[in-house]
Amino acid sequence: MTSNWITTRAWLLMLPLLIVMIAIIGWPLIDTVRLSFTDAKLVGTQGSFVGLDNYVKILSGSNFQRSLITTFWFAILSVSAEMVIGVLAALLLNQRFYGRSALRALMILPWALPTVVNATLWRLIYNPEYGALNALLVQIGMLDSYRSWLGEPGTALASLILADCWKNFPLVALIALAALQAVPRDITAASMVDGAGVWSRFRFVTLPYLAGPLMVALVLRTIEAFKVFDIIWVMTRGGPANSTRTLSILVYQEAFSFQRAGSGASLALIVTLLVTVLAVAYAALIRKTAGAS
Amino acid sequence: MERQSLPFTIFIHIAALVLAIVILAPVVWLFVMSISSTPDLVAKPLHWWPDTVDLSRYGVLLSSVANSAGEAFVASLFNSLKVAGMATVAALAVAIPSAWAVSRTPSVGWSLYAVIATYMLPPVALAVPLYMTLAWFGLLNNIFGLALVYLTILAPFTTWLLKSGFDSIPREIESAAVMDGARLDQILRLITLPLAAPVMATAALFAFLLAWDEFFYALLFTSDQRAKTLTVAIADLAGGRVSDYGLIATAGVLAALPPLLIGLFMQRALISGLTSGGVKG
Repeated sequence: MTSNWITTRAWLLMLPLLIVMIAIIGWPLIDTVRLSFTDAKLVGTQGSFVGLDNYVKILSGSNFQRSLITTFWFAILSVSAEMVIGVLAALLLNQRFYGRSALRALMILPWALPTVVNATLWRLIYNPEYGALNALLVQIGMLDSYRSWLGEPGTALASLILADCWKNFPLVALIALAALQAVPRDITAASMVDGAGVWSRFRFVTLPYLAGPLMVALVLRTIEAFKVFDIIWVMTRGGPANSTRTLSILVYQEAFSFQRAGSGASLALIVTLLVTVLAVAYAALIRKTAGAS
Repeated sequence: MERQSLPFTIFIHIAALVLAIVILAPVVWLFVMSISSTPDLVAKPLHWWPDTVDLSRYGVLLSSVANSAGEAFVASLFNSLKVAGMATVAALAVAIPSAWAVSRTPSVGWSLYAVIATYMLPPVALAVPLYMTLAWFGLLNNIFGLALVYLTILAPFTTWLLKSGFDSIPREIESAAVMDGARLDQILRLITLPLAAPVMATAALFAFLLAWDEFFYALLFTSDQRAKTLTVAIADLAGGRVSDYGLIATAGVLAALPPLLIGLFMQRALISGLTSGGVKG
């Protein structure tokens, strides 16, 4: 068989996937770009060309800037907490203790729980009148009276981050645990004989094995956190007083609640661009980490 | 293996207990809420365990009486099953040949990066044109339309997962069959696909879970019992005027049950999929 034929055959086998991807991803993406230069409405008018008007309005408006900051806070805080707690949990799960395999099995629970169910569950836990968190904190004396965790701008975002963290740190832990199990035992033993302390053992023996997989987990989690929609929509819908309105929620409101398809599309493309920049920066970082270790 | 000091062993056990409580408490509480009577749930101080176990809400939600809360819930349950099932089958149908082609043909490998890149796209980037197109074809609030849209998520993901699965099957086995004069369809059907059965099953499970979990597109593109999925039905309950928190919790338990069971019983397959997907990137 000639290599020409093999390449042609590969493209033929990929044809169904390519057709589907062009029809439901490629074309809509191009159409979003077209719409972003118009004042089209979601239903009814096709809209007319308005140039960069949408972009100018969005980038100079306070709504976008505020949502951008909220999104950054959400992403940075939830992902860093998930990484730290996830690695600590993985180090723990790599020790010997009774019930270890049962606990490892339990780690899959938060990951498997559907995001919307998780959001609903935490919404019930945070309930201002009957919620379990209020009841618990008052009963152990850490809180004087019931609070509206999701109803106050000061605590809403932090409460969301906690709920997101609970669902996602176990995945980081499982990835880190798999990497830890690849660390050869004789290396750890040898470093102990050489008198390495706990920290330097972690830093110089264990961490190099963790770096690659953790980097990938970091990238995927950051991109997911940047796109966050479900958990916020179910728990606060972006409120109170827009204090949890991340970029995806803002796009939803613009394009679907207010039916402004044109400016909704420009906003969506700005978000896409930000995610792309993140992904590219991370890809470079991963390559560097892979090259170093 | 080194011996551990007693204080360290105690510390590890306490930490493990804390981790177990952190993981279990919210899930157990969801279940307790679903079997507690309303007076128990609104009591102050809160009753952490119900005086009498109340299973009536499961009956309410799983009943098919016309115009009841149960009818809407059961309809959304079946919509979720159908949409996730159809999207999974369609995703595998397009992903299997492409993943094999990419795995065996290095010269087209770059196309895989294009596929992965689309997986990073935020759904909002496609939502407006998809909405307009579905409306044009009359596929809004339609399970076929929603399943088609889910391919935007499932097809790239399964292709990526299957490609690394095919990579681990030695090409030499296929070359040997070629020498013996086997045609491509015979090689795939008799040799490669049977060997790839475990990874295909994992990919199917992941795809099904992704579709079962999906909320954003379902919220946008469905509006009533004809197509509303479970996630949207639950969000409606949570955000609506339902004052029975136990009923919301029960809906949550029922929606979480299939993925939790899959998660617990298919643990090994899922974790190897998660970590290999994570490691290979």
